[in-house]
Amino acid sequence: MAKDFGIGASSKRREDKRFLTGTGRYTDDMNKPGQAYVHFLRSDMASGRINGIDIAAAEAAPGVIKVFTSKDFEAVGGVPCGWQVTDKHGEPMKEPKHPVLAEGFVRHVGDPIAAVVAETRAQARDAAELIEVDLEELPAVVDLRAAVSGGTAVHPEAPDNLCYDWDFPAESKDAVDEAIRNAHHVTVLELVNNRLVANPMEPRAAIGEYDAADDQHTLWTTSQNPHVIRLLMGAFVLGIPEHKLRVVAPDVGGGFGSKIYHYAEEAFVTLAAKVVGRPVKWTSDRGEAFMSDAHGRDHVCKVELAMDAEGHFLALRSTTLANMGAYLSTFAPCIPTWLHGTLLAGNYKTPLIFTNVRAVFTNTVPVDAYRGAGRPEATYLIERTVDKAAREMGIDPAELRRRNFITQFPYQTPVAVEYDSGDYNATLDKVLEASDRAGFEARKAESASRGKLRGYGLAHYIEACGIAPSSLVGALGARAGLYEAATVRVNPTGSISVFTGSHSHGQGHETTFAQVVADMLGVPEDSIDIVHGDTNRVPFGMGTYGSRSLAVGGSAIVKSVDKIVAKAKKIAAHLLEAAESDITFENGQFSVQGTDKSLAWGEVCLAAYVPHKYPIETLEPGLEETSFYDPANFTYPSGAYACEVEVDPETGKVEVLSFTAADDFGNVVNPMIVEGQVHGGLAQGLGQALMEGCVYDENGQLITASFMDYAMPLAKDLPSFTVDNSACTPCTHNPLGVKGCGEAGAIGSPPALVNAVLDALSDYGIAHIDMPLTPSKVWAAIDAARPAAAAE
Amino acid sequence: MPGIKLTVNGKTVEKTVEGRTLLVQLLREELGLTGTHVGCDTSQCGACLVHVNGESVKSCTMLAAAAEGAEITTIEGVSSRDGTLNVVQAAFQEHHGLQCGFCTPGMVMSITDLLRVNASPSETEVREWLEGNICRCTGYHNIVKAALSAAETLRGAQPVAAE
Repeated sequence: MAKDFGIGASSKRREDKRFLTGTGRYTDDMNKPGQAYVHFLRSDMASGRINGIDIAAAEAAPGVIKVFTSKDFEAVGGVPCGWQVTDKHGEPMKEPKHPVLAEGFVRHVGDPIAAVVAETRAQARDAAELIEVDLEELPAVVDLRAAVSGGTAVHPEAPDNLCYDWDFPAESKDAVDEAIRNAHHVTVLELVNNRLVANPMEPRAAIGEYDAADDQHTLWTTSQNPHVIRLLMGAFVLGIPEHKLRVVAPDVGGGFGSKIYHYAEEAFVTLAAKVVGRPVKWTSDRGEAFMSDAHGRDHVCKVELAMDAEGHFLALRSTTLANMGAYLSTFAPCIPTWLHGTLLAGNYKTPLIFTNVRAVFTNTVPVDAYRGAGRPEATYLIERTVDKAAREMGIDPAELRRRNFITQFPYQTPVAVEYDSGDYNATLDKVLEASDRAGFEARKAESASRGKLRGYGLAHYIEACGIAPSSLVGALGARAGLYEAATVRVNPTGSISVFTGSHSHGQGHETTFAQVVADMLGVPEDSIDIVHGDTNRVPFGMGTYGSRSLAVGGSAIVKSVDKIVAKAKKIAAHLLEAAESDITFENGQFSVQGTDKSLAWGEVCLAAYVPHKYPIETLEPGLEETSFYDPANFTYPSGAYACEVEVDPETGKVEVLSFTAADDFGNVVNPMIVEGQVHGGLAQGLGQALMEGCVYDENGQLITASFMDYAMPLAKDLPSFTVDNSACTPCTHNPLGVKGCGEAGAIGSPPALVNAVLDALSDYGIAHIDMPLTPSKVWAAIDAARPAAAAE
Repeated sequence: MPGIKLTVNGKTVEKTVEGRTLLVQLLREELGLTGTHVGCDTSQCGACLVHVNGESVKSCTMLAAAAEGAEITTIEGVSSRDGTLNVVQAAFQEHHGLQCGFCTPGMVMSITDLLRVNASPSETEVREWLEGNICRCTGYHNIVKAALSAAETLRGAQPVAAE
């Protein structure tokens, strides 16, 4: 039976009311007394030399307070990168400076050159048009393969445009080469993981404030991790110590990774507020977002999978070019390496794996994590290759997967990570049944009777969430720890305030985290408040990304609640005049075992703050605990996805008829929210596979810079989804047994859809089409294959 | 600068605005009605959708001056005075039809307009109707469910139970 409160209940979200009544507080909804506005003048060239900037006319324009150029930022640092990858020669990656405002050169369309602070938004924008920039266009580097073929360099310090050249695991290279040379069969696939734009519906915004009397800076910003912004911006860019800098991320309208990073605009408004002595506000418009938010994916890969005669996987080799864009965004270097290479075992016991990744600078917007971050790229290359292998070997795709599944846990992969739990056959069984695989042939025949091509595609995925432990990620190049912090404050009358370093921007933490605490303490959910997003209220935090909030942030809360209960038991024992070991705590009652003596939760809480009868010699008053939780390992959610499509061979249009997901997220706190997370991930993954693609022309002009040009799924493009998360193997190393669910849908769905389309096109002998599978691409592939099909 | 007079959520409003001021700017910046959001510059996303004389209008596509004499309803004007959610809002909460909340006001206003013109929409009709509203969080699954449930409630039938 479904629970009606606590862990396992589909509690309705408490945050909904403010969003449904228009009373949410997003950054752009806020206005500060005396606020001025900034507009950034951005480069319209992909690459150029700034020979001069004339700001005189702009300075004289109505309402203008000050015009800023890089000269105003000489004393501050560049926008830092948070992860250093060491290349195959043992050298640190190339890390060119990323200035707040362009210094001498522009390196992508959208690179900010100057900024106008004015009384109104319109005046700032008008004045920016009066700035004369003498910009000399230089050749641009756009295409990944061309970028590494010699010629123009984005940065002089990386003449070959390589940020790093990375082998992993370096010691496996020879063995993998040999296994591939000697194999019965090798499936080879070249593929592109298309460049995407996260496009949370709320564009980024930031307000800087400065209180000269106390020398206090405040930044209001659209961030997934305010403490990380405080650390990066305070320590590396502006030189403001933590106690003088408050960062607040209030309601944030979606992130999907793109709001993890520290952006130049945040540093700008923080510094400008001090310089002009007024709060300074910036709100991105959508066109600006396309040319300044970090993009995602953008890999070009070659994969080789070696098999024996029965289809057992013997070795996997991949080579990848990964686009970094013009500058290194906060986590960019780690995405194609430690979040990609380490996942190349997928769900399979492939004994030998080797990958080479070259990270490449281009004159494009920086590329960083987008929902899944490295793991979708790994999953796509594995699951596309496995499907192609099944066809080449004449083995059913589900059977080939089963033959190679990892079935014993814990499982040490040959790519460093150790999976703690999973049951891949269970999710496959569920997805085959829920998607009615058995009835597919009949449905295919029915489609054929209407002249349509029906296809069924499978994909499995494994992901690694809750990146940790800190000691490991530090050894891999992270410049921060990846724990989480939580304070649980029990108030005198028993209500509870939880301060979490996780940040909710759609995930529903205010509801889910309250469920966890309510379950542990046996108190009503509505007596618990979840506080997040403000460095002055929350002691510390690393924020929300990589599906880490419940697994890491939730575990920190659990640790604090455990400490609270332990202390409360001591207080109860004193009040009840019993031994501490005889006190039990259940459903909000402290009882002396074997007696009818008990105290309610509220009575003990009050005693902690009114310590009249209290073990004051051995116990401090108060009931508040802070914990830092540093996980022992990543968590490893997994699942099986099935997609059924119909292709119109006359137009190339792909219709998604059904999508079925069977996920193993470990234990689930709120099934309603988890299903919602999967739905959203599926939509973004199907968007990538069907229609999304960020396009630059050969000169580095951004062709897709609005919602008119960059297609995202609309309601009519998607089916209703069938999702199931009952195949549960709990995580073995965190207290809740949870794994994380935010990214799964976006990771597993692209290969499932592409596999389905290629299944539909199997009579044409089409081996691969790169995403997005737009009607024109699918039609062109069919058209090119027609003579061959007709000749058979 | 033109002076304009209009009704917003039942209250008469008189303002002087620049000719280029958009209706959404008037609502957000002059009247503090920040429930109406701006998610794009090109009238694709629908986060700014309000009702003008009872019909859906993207308030980023309309000059404030063009709203002279009009009756505007925003998300702030649809729940009852005591804060109780109306049928459409309640269905969104019941069926988890929102995550980050940014597109939500536009979605609620759009679905409200749909149910005014079509009391019994099919799933396909709901999906087609929403072609002017983009949600990046929900995959639309639960928005569609909420819309169908609200339609049933408004027709007086029992709402579909949440799964």
